[in-house]
Amino acid sequence: MIYRRFFGFPSWESRNPFAELERMKRQMDRLMEGFTGPYQRPDAGVFPLINLTESAESFFIRAELPGVASADLDIQATSNTLGISGERKIPAENKDARWHRREREAGKFSRIIAMPSEINPDKVDASLAHGILTVVVHKAEAAKPRQISVR
Amino acid sequence: MTDSKEIKVREKQELTSPAEQTTPGMVFTPQVDIFETDKEITLLADIPGVKSDKLNIDLRDNILTITGDVEPVEASREEDVLIEYETGRFYRQFTLSEVIDQNKIDAKLGDGVLRLTLPKVEKAAPRRIAIKAA
Repeated sequence: MIYRRFFGFPSWESRNPFAELERMKRQMDRLMEGFTGPYQRPDAGVFPLINLTESAESFFIRAELPGVASADLDIQATSNTLGISGERKIPAENKDARWHRREREAGKFSRIIAMPSEINPDKVDASLAHGILTVVVHKAEAAKPRQISVR
Repeated sequence: MTDSKEIKVREKQELTSPAEQTTPGMVFTPQVDIFETDKEITLLADIPGVKSDKLNIDLRDNILTITGDVEPVEASREEDVLIEYETGRFYRQFTLSEVIDQNKIDAKLGDGVLRLTLPKVEKAAPRRIAIKAA
């Protein structure tokens, strides 16, 4: 397995084999926030939170966006960034209603993700299903791994 | 009101359950809106990634339980690069103070949002009992 290190991404280096440790680290960070005040978040701290995975040919960016209509989403790609912006609208309810809980938030959001390697901005495919946005981005030819045979 | 506001990041809240889970995996508490009118109680819950066949709504003894399972979406050939959120089961329980008409409960799931309508039982109309002379 080839591990490629990349920079320009917020403090994130460890990879999959340490997923459980990463999770613990995040939980510890969250716990420490209460004692030490503001700290460097492990994630970018911008809504929406994303999961970025890769295969040999593409990157997969996923975000949880429940209740966001595809018409209210705007996705833009350049050769090394991907921008996700939009608005989450929560329709007004009956005026006579008495509220017991109001935890869901409405509002605008915008996030630009620096891609770990060059991408092909013409080959971006986005889908929204069950409140999860999936963006498939094809890597640029130059960024794809190549098998090199040893003579 | 919602025009200018920006959504702040909120990490998914992991459930600290009093009862131990029998299945492995993480359990999260979904964010909900609950409001009540004279006729019904409406509950809206954000459960992204839950398909309707994996959603379970249970009401017994005034305890409403919502359970939704999220299937992993990643294909096996994908490698993690940056993981900011986890997926797992959504679980939340509520105690209802009103009597609910169980037959008229309506649940809709769309775009990862559950809308549950719980109609209240119509109060029994006062009945007058005529007394016959013996």
